[in-house]
Amino acid sequence: MLNADFVARCKRHRVVLAIAFLIIFPLLMPFKAIAVNILIYGLYALGFNMLFGTLGLLSFGHAALFGGGAYACGLVMLRLGLPWYVGVFGAVLAGMLIAAVIGAFAIRTRGIYFAMVTMALAQCLYFLADQATEFTGGENGLRGIELKTIQLPAITLNFVDPLTRYYVIAFFVAIALIVLSRILASPFGAVMEAVRENEARARACGYDVRATRYLAFVLSGGFCGLAGAMQALHLSIVPLETLAITNSGLVVMMALLGGMGTFFGPFVGAGVFLLLENLVSLWTVHWQLFVGAAFVCCVLFFPRGIWGTILLGRAR
Amino acid sequence: MSEVILSTEAVSKSFGKFRALAGISASFPSGKLTSIIGPNGAGKSTFFNLLSGAFPPSEGRVIFEGRDITGTPQHHFAKLGIAKSFQITNVFPQLPVHENVRVALQALVSRYQIWSPRANLPELAERAEALLEIVGLQEHRHRAAGTLAHGQQRALEIAMALAANPRLLLLDEPTAGMSPEETRAMMDLILKLASERTVILVEHKMKLVMGISDRLLVLHHGELLAEGTPDEIRRNETVKRVYLGQREH
Repeated sequence: MLNADFVARCKRHRVVLAIAFLIIFPLLMPFKAIAVNILIYGLYALGFNMLFGTLGLLSFGHAALFGGGAYACGLVMLRLGLPWYVGVFGAVLAGMLIAAVIGAFAIRTRGIYFAMVTMALAQCLYFLADQATEFTGGENGLRGIELKTIQLPAITLNFVDPLTRYYVIAFFVAIALIVLSRILASPFGAVMEAVRENEARARACGYDVRATRYLAFVLSGGFCGLAGAMQALHLSIVPLETLAITNSGLVVMMALLGGMGTFFGPFVGAGVFLLLENLVSLWTVHWQLFVGAAFVCCVLFFPRGIWGTILLGRAR
Repeated sequence: MSEVILSTEAVSKSFGKFRALAGISASFPSGKLTSIIGPNGAGKSTFFNLLSGAFPPSEGRVIFEGRDITGTPQHHFAKLGIAKSFQITNVFPQLPVHENVRVALQALVSRYQIWSPRANLPELAERAEALLEIVGLQEHRHRAAGTLAHGQQRALEIAMALAANPRLLLLDEPTAGMSPEETRAMMDLILKLASERTVILVEHKMKLVMGISDRLLVLHHGELLAEGTPDEIRRNETVKRVYLGQREH
């Protein structure tokens, strides 16, 4: 009973706890670069998980939203010469816009067909970016995105410093966590759960299932676009692979590893995945074999994912 | 006859070459409990699905309160004042019982609000509580709906159907798969609900509805065989031949 109570209390303060964790996290990590990557991919998985875990829609085209955001951020800064924060804002809009376009086609389908349509449309964007060489840099990627210092009214932040960079990105992740938490706690959050649980019933209640999915897809695009912008600022380059199909698959693995439908699971999933990748690749180049094995074990034995299983254990 | 709330004009439905319903014209008086009966395969469920808007008829029209609602999307029905329960139990299994009803209530006031907290709509939670009391589920409010007994899930479904405060309630075999005890409780509940609104009931156990219905429609092979009061139906020779002659199971 004490445990269940504890979990309930944690749930109420999930945003504060998550942000507190993000603040101490880099101090626990040996390499700051991994911490930054975990943040970025955690945010990406968070946006994906809203669609997959909360609404039950499996998209295989989320790279288009993540990569689209990264390109948008880079293009706004390089081609329009606007400051980085406009780029970040543009990335969120681009993520939502691309989701709005892909969603308009994909939302009529469901299940495996939805996954296929989103994947096909994401591939279109990949080839578009590949062909529009003058604009996007083609297969060389979009190079030269520079952000060295951030001027705040009181202080100047050195974005080159790994720890500072981490906290700047963590700031945006914290905003995303607050926004997501509000969406999940809103009446619309209840509608998403209802649609996931039983589509026919939700429709009979008076909910427009298609419109609900569409809105959720667009919102998910906003989170993924933001994650893309963070990636662009972090790497100073947008590799073409950001839009690749592997990036769509990656986020599915991370969300499943962490625990679909849990609030903090996406970060756990991204963290475990990236740490495994980094640690195992120190020892062998065949790291994917081990990460893949870990993933298979997770799906077979812990279908709720790592974080989902921990939460379940605590609630008992 | 009293005012008509719902009527069909020569509705037919074909699935490929199979003609499930052949030109049924029927009307349902307001404030009454009408049961649609017929042997298995008579087209009852198809007719129910046409009335509840699950799919449109191949031909013909459906009129609700003088308005043509043929082809209206399902999610508009709650707003029109029509609610239904499903033949197969249909709840939100992982959500708590109370949330099932609350989310059904929410459909009328908030569908796309993404920023304000749910807790800002406390009247929904209170009304959900009241509906759970009507169907006798208030003590199970925190349980996941999927863990309820079959009869309780059916009762929960009715609470959800009532959320829209419908003028017309459509029930598809509400006692299917229930124990005699659960069936009796459900029949009492249906009578209680029918005293306040129009109810249309689909049932293949004829005995069950004879006692509680104001009117009966008998379907057979996709056609309307007879309609009338329970007494008239009981005396109808054709009905006796095709339906009552059969052994009920």
